[in-house]
Amino acid sequence: MASVELQALAKQYPNGVRAVDGIDLTIADGEFFALLGPSGCGKTTLLRTLAGLEVATEGAILIGDEDVTAQPPGDRDVAMVFQDYALFPHMTVLQNIAYPLRIKGVARNERSARAAETAQGLSLGSLLERRPAQLSGGQQQRAALARAIAVHPRVFLFDEPLSNLDARLRLEARTFLKKLQQSLGVTTVFVTHDQAEALAMADRMAVMDSGRIRQVGTPREVFQRPANTFVANFIGATPMNLLDAVVADAALEFGGFTLPMPPAYEQLVRDGDKVVYGLRPEYFALSSTAEDEAVRGEVTTVENLGVSVLVTVEAGSQTVRAVVPEADEPSLGATVWLRPASNRVLLYRADDGDLVAA
Amino acid sequence: MTPRVMIGRIGVYVGVCLATVFFALPLLWLVLTPFSKHPSYKATLDGVSLDNFDRLFHNPQLWRSLRNSIYLAGGTAIVVILTAALASYALSRVRIPGRDQLLYALLLLSSIVTGTAAMVPIFLMLYQLDLLDKQFAVVLVLSGGLLPAAVFMLKDFVDSIPRSYEESARVFGASPSQILRHIVLPLIRPGMATVGVWSLVQVWGNFLIPFILLSDDKKQPAAVVMYTFYDTGGQPNFALISTFALVYSVPVVVLYLIVNKRYGFAFQGGIKG
Repeated sequence: MASVELQALAKQYPNGVRAVDGIDLTIADGEFFALLGPSGCGKTTLLRTLAGLEVATEGAILIGDEDVTAQPPGDRDVAMVFQDYALFPHMTVLQNIAYPLRIKGVARNERSARAAETAQGLSLGSLLERRPAQLSGGQQQRAALARAIAVHPRVFLFDEPLSNLDARLRLEARTFLKKLQQSLGVTTVFVTHDQAEALAMADRMAVMDSGRIRQVGTPREVFQRPANTFVANFIGATPMNLLDAVVADAALEFGGFTLPMPPAYEQLVRDGDKVVYGLRPEYFALSSTAEDEAVRGEVTTVENLGVSVLVTVEAGSQTVRAVVPEADEPSLGATVWLRPASNRVLLYRADDGDLVAA
Repeated sequence: MTPRVMIGRIGVYVGVCLATVFFALPLLWLVLTPFSKHPSYKATLDGVSLDNFDRLFHNPQLWRSLRNSIYLAGGTAIVVILTAALASYALSRVRIPGRDQLLYALLLLSSIVTGTAAMVPIFLMLYQLDLLDKQFAVVLVLSGGLLPAAVFMLKDFVDSIPRSYEESARVFGASPSQILRHIVLPLIRPGMATVGVWSLVQVWGNFLIPFILLSDDKKQPAAVVMYTFYDTGGQPNFALISTFALVYSVPVVVLYLIVNKRYGFAFQGGIKG
C-alpha cells in the first residue's frame, strides 16, 4: 500500500500532441481516486503513464515515496484492470487469476491455491475451470479484478471499469467495487468519463480537460462548487445553467430580466463586471403565478425524467432549464416564474471561466 | 419461369457438369488405375488387383523418396512456422514506415519471381556457398519462397489479438519472450496450423526446386522420383506411376483432414474463446 504522487508530469506523443500536460497530484494511501473527463482529455494516457505502459516525457511519478518514473511496468508493483478486462481467452479463469503469480515465479500449487482463494472471495469459486468467453460480463469483470487482487499490489489502476457492463449491472458493480476497495484498503486510481460514476464511487476526484486538471476535490466539493465553467458544465446529470450576465446596480442584468445579487458575492464583483451565472436546474423553483426576484419565461419543452421533469424556459434571449417535481409539470407554452435558490448560485468570471471567489 | 430463363438455367448446369467432369476425370484415373490389372492412360477398371501395390512396395525408391519428401516438407514447415510467427508478431506490433508496402512487395516478388525465374541465381548462389546437393539447403530455399505469404497470413492473426492482452501481461511483469510464449503463440495456433499445412502441401508437390538443387538420386523427394518411372523403352510405366501417385497423395489428404478437424481452416484471424 502506498501513496501516489505526480510531479509536473507530462506525456507528449511523437506527433506533438501533449496528452498529459503538466500534472501535479497527490493521491493518499488507501484513497479511491477518480480521473474524470470527456474522451480525449488525457485521463487514460495519464493512467497508462502511471502503469508504465507509456513513458513520461517530463516530470516524475512517485509510488510510496519511491521514484518509479523510469521503471518498467512490471517493477512498479501496480495492477491494472483494462476496459475490455484483457482476460486471456485460451486460459481458464483459474489460470488467468494465477497468471501474474506465474510470472513472479510462484510455484504451481501455491499460485493455484492463492488464485482459488481470491476467486472464492469474489464468488467465482464455481467458475474456475471456465474460459472467459463462457462468463457473463459481470463475471468477467470480477475475474479481471481477482487477477489484479491476487498479486497484492501497492496500487490498483482501473481503466473505465464499468463501461462494458449494461446499465443495471453497472449500478450493482459500482456498489460492489466501492465496497471491495474499502475492504482491501488499497490505493486505487480509476478512469471514467461518466460523472455519476465518479461522484458515486470516488473518495476524491480530478476533473481533466485537454491534458490538464481543472479541479481536484471530494465529489461533494466538485459537485457543489465547480471551480470553473468547464467543470460546472461537465458535472451533474443535467448540465448546470450557465447564463451570461452583467453586474449593474448591485444586481445581475441578463438582457431581458434581472435577478438580485446573491449575498455571498456582493463584495466580490463590481458594476460593469461581465459574469456567468451558474445554477443547477434542480435549484430553480417553478411557479405558475407571478413572483418577485424570479425569471419570467415561456415553457418550450418538457422532458420526463421519471419522478421529476426537465423544463426548458425561454426568458428574453436566454434559455433556462429547471428540474421540477412531477406534480409541478407545466403545460407547453405556459408562462412560468423560476425562482433561484440564491445560496446555491455560483458566479464565474466571463473572461477565463473561473469561479469568483474571495 | 419463362422458357427463356429455363433454357438459360439448363445451359448453365450443363456447363457446370462438363467442367466438373473435366476436373474429376484425372482424379478418377488416380483412384482407379492403381487397382487395375492393365493400367493405361484410360480411367477404366478391367480386372481388380493389388499387384501394382505389391510391386511398388518392393521398389526401394518408394520409401526413400517418401522419407526425403517428409524431411523436406516437414523441415520447411517448421522453419516457416517459427520464422513467420516471430516476423508477423514483430511486423504487427512495431511501427516501421512503409511496413505494409514492404510486406506487399515481398508477397508480390515471392509469388512472381521465385520458382522458374529465380532458379538460375539461386543455383549460382548455392553453388558459391557450396550448398548444392544438400537437403537442408533445399529447405532454406523453399522456406524463403513461402515466408512472405506465410508472414502475410499470420500477421492477420496477430493483428486480431487486442493489445490490452499484452499490456496486461506487461503490467504484471511479463517479459517480451514470456508474452510471446504465453499469450501470442497460443492465440495464433490456428493460424500456425494453417500455415504449417499449407507449407507442407506446397513443398510436397514441389518438383522444380529439389530437381535442380539435388543431384543425388538418393536425396530426391517423391515428386521428383515419380518423374523417373519410365521403362527401358521410354514408355511411361502406368502401373508404377499411378500407384505411386496414389500413395504419394494419401499423407497430404490425411494431414488435411486431421488439421481441419482439430483447428478448422482459417485464413483470417479471429479470437474465439
